[in-house]
Amino acid sequence: MIRVQRDDFDPGAELDRLIAGRHDIGGVVSFVGLVRDMAGGARINAMTLEHYPGMTEKQLAAIEAEANRRWPLSASLIVHRYGRLEPGDRIVLVITASAHREAAFEACRFLIDWLKTKAPFWKLEDTDRGAKWVAADAKDDAAAARWEER
Amino acid sequence: MKLLYFAWVRSRIGTGEEALHPPPEVRDVRTLLEWLKRQSPGHAEALKDMSVIRVAVNHEHVSLDYPVGPDDEVAIFPPVTGGSGEP
Repeated sequence: MIRVQRDDFDPGAELDRLIAGRHDIGGVVSFVGLVRDMAGGARINAMTLEHYPGMTEKQLAAIEAEANRRWPLSASLIVHRYGRLEPGDRIVLVITASAHREAAFEACRFLIDWLKTKAPFWKLEDTDRGAKWVAADAKDDAAAARWEER
Repeated sequence: MKLLYFAWVRSRIGTGEEALHPPPEVRDVRTLLEWLKRQSPGHAEALKDMSVIRVAVNHEHVSLDYPVGPDDEVAIFPPVTGGSGEP
């Protein structure tokens, strides 16, 4: 399942809902991404996440489908927020569940690495040096490239 | 053709969306971008560094040689920066 929303989410409640009534799941892995208060030496007051409605949902669904193709997942969830966020706020949630923990761990890493380079989101940081669009990080491309199939 | 712009591409062009009618010689993403650069100083400024320009046609990431036509929705934007944290 995927969701794109302005509102905050409750990671515990989302996890409980995802696995409710299931007895085939041996392990659940979750990743919660947060807004930090510093970036490149500048203090961040807030950031605004812009996205491309329609394409965002399609890309996240495609990434989730790819994870399900590669690993035997019992359930998965991606929630990504947009709009104005402040330091400490949650941005993104990825949950993967499987009969086996290795599949859940690997699929969770894959999902967060791939969505960073494929989902159409852009961050505008409001810092003490003014507003600045965040540039893509080559380290993120490298992290995603690790999952390219050879 | 429906054009959509995001992030600093949008702010440099001055609008997030416009309907344009490129001439017949615009057949793919590359020729579309070259034509767009000539539409206004804002377009030229936004598209001057092609190394930081990405394009999606009908919600799919595409490369410069991907074909485009009058009924397509073409989005132009910088490299995406979703998710959170460093690797």
